[in-house]
Amino acid sequence: MNQSVNRKGKEQTASVHEPLFHIVKRDSIPWYKAWAIRVIAVLAALIICAVLITLLSHKNPLQVYKAMFDGAFGTERRIWMLLQELAVLLCVSLAVTPAFKMQFWNIGAEGQVLMGGLATAACMFYLGGKVPYPVLLIVMVLASLLTGAVWGLIPALFKAKWNTNETLFTLMMNYIATQIVLFALCNWAKDGSGVLRPMKNFGLPAFGPSAYFPNILVVAILTVILYIYLRYSKQGYEINVVGQSQNTARYVGINVKKVIIRTMFISGLLCGLAGLLLVGGTNHTISTATAGGRGFTAIMVSWLGKFNPLYMTLTAFLVAFLKRGSFNIVTQFRLNDSISDIITGIILFFIIGCEFFLNYKIVFRHKAKEAK
Amino acid sequence: MTLLLTFLTSTIRLGITLLLGSTGEIITEKSGHLNLGIPGIMCVGAACGCLGESLYTSSLDSYDQMSPLPAVIIPILCSLLGSALMGLIYSFLTVTLRANQNVTGLALTTFGVGVTNYIISQLEFVSFQRGSRFFTAALPFADKLGWFGQLFLSYGFLVYLSLAIAIVASIVLTKTRLGLHLRSVGENPATADAMGINVTLYRYAATCVGSAIAGLGGLFFVMDYLGGNWEYCIDAMGWLSIALVIFAVWKPHVSILGSFLFGGLYIAYNYIGGVTFAQKELLKMLPYVVTILVLIVTSIRNKRENQPPAGLGLNYYREER
Repeated sequence: MNQSVNRKGKEQTASVHEPLFHIVKRDSIPWYKAWAIRVIAVLAALIICAVLITLLSHKNPLQVYKAMFDGAFGTERRIWMLLQELAVLLCVSLAVTPAFKMQFWNIGAEGQVLMGGLATAACMFYLGGKVPYPVLLIVMVLASLLTGAVWGLIPALFKAKWNTNETLFTLMMNYIATQIVLFALCNWAKDGSGVLRPMKNFGLPAFGPSAYFPNILVVAILTVILYIYLRYSKQGYEINVVGQSQNTARYVGINVKKVIIRTMFISGLLCGLAGLLLVGGTNHTISTATAGGRGFTAIMVSWLGKFNPLYMTLTAFLVAFLKRGSFNIVTQFRLNDSISDIITGIILFFIIGCEFFLNYKIVFRHKAKEAK
Repeated sequence: MTLLLTFLTSTIRLGITLLLGSTGEIITEKSGHLNLGIPGIMCVGAACGCLGESLYTSSLDSYDQMSPLPAVIIPILCSLLGSALMGLIYSFLTVTLRANQNVTGLALTTFGVGVTNYIISQLEFVSFQRGSRFFTAALPFADKLGWFGQLFLSYGFLVYLSLAIAIVASIVLTKTRLGLHLRSVGENPATADAMGINVTLYRYAATCVGSAIAGLGGLFFVMDYLGGNWEYCIDAMGWLSIALVIFAVWKPHVSILGSFLFGGLYIAYNYIGGVTFAQKELLKMLPYVVTILVLIVTSIRNKRENQPPAGLGLNYYREER
């Protein structure tokens, strides 16, 4: 008797102390709801940015957004530039994706792209005009892909052998790559300016409606290949298992070390390709800004796209749009160009944050009671 | 001799920047947060400090009216506030909204660098160039003591404060109940939660305090090391600080030595004679190469006490097993 009273009392106090809301994990979410949440998040971010722009620059935010849209789609040339930006960013994002799926935090894409680009530039500088063009082309492609791959392979070997922290290893490799590029520029630019003049005659072959077309085509093909590789190939499956649980992978007989090394080889190889496209395809020269922070942006593109090459095309498009658009705002309204970083940052915060509402739902107190 | 002294004093002053950054990151990582936003936070810390100094001087009629106390306190408070706010954004996203820590950190760095560049572009550089002398003011009798005075006593107060912060952090982490609780949150949040420790509170607090300390490092870099000038390389200091955490095996007092070593390596190229510009670029690699070597050596030795917190980089959800 006494006990039951006690229990009743406990129940009552429990219901009094029930929090205002609690968080429940969702089993699944229909695709239209998921996209609605994402769209709302981006819209909310845009509203915050609009307020910020108005406060900082006293410009009409609607005009600013229109300028942004113009910057991305205003003329045919701008659309091509948007697509080029999308292609290069997507290429780096595709490169880091296999590694991330394996839970290998490769934040050294920046350095791998730079080294690939440096190899391209070195071939153009030393071999340009001295060997037949087709030979140059073959050497250039092989050199840049392999240099990128080796730059990615070094941390992977240590990770596989001794479980060395790959995040910081790859990060440090970025700085070393930057210094090697500066070293090369000091030697190549004889006038001492450290700026290498574009070597337009020795780049990748140009064809199609725009100078950017070959790059875009290559990346489009790569997207499809990587989608198939990750989703339908045995190696893609192995990457997935190693990423989910290394113990499971070992248990089913997957050679984890081999998978880590192979995957980082591919990851570095594709970063080298991005370097090749940037230096050989469009810039025809190299500087420390050639990778332009894409190695870091790519991580967010890849993660936001849920490591799926098709979704990543969308997220890369969003980031490329923001970049080209805010570039136009900066020139048209004479704003400080750091505004574009701020806008990108805020939008990323909202997209990162909205993932929570895709995975969890908030149940309020009175609703929970009705459910009982 | 003079050259050696200049080298050592610059080493120590640069090292202090890295020390503050790494102490902040160690406190954060002990709670289980791998905050890759530290580079951005250090930038924001520096920029907010400069903003504070600028606001202070604009309230005066002329720069000659600046008095030491407010010229030092206002920038420091602004710097602490700004960088703690960045830490708050990070913790809100990772703890409350359970977002991926690496991605949040990188986004925070992008955002922080953007905010910093914007703030700095709006400020008059004169105000913090003038304010800098209050930060670098040494003890009055330092120059009378010859090389000893120059090597140990010639620095601004922040140098000694930073060393104190690192030592206090070390003691708090290893010797107090607060530190024990913090470490347990970083090692195994589920166990800590079962013990009745408020995991959410500890993670929020550690991240914000860590960010504030790292932000102070950014302010120190501008106001003391650069003497009130601005350079766009604070984020590189942030990345080095993160690397230093591993070098220091998550112990702030080890980080003191590590930061001086890194500081020395970072500026060594200026003091080595007879090298060309191209070779200097290669010498600038030194701190990064050494970091990699340290990473490799610590991973090969793989000692139990030199491991990162077991829960590092993982978010904690009570409902999930």
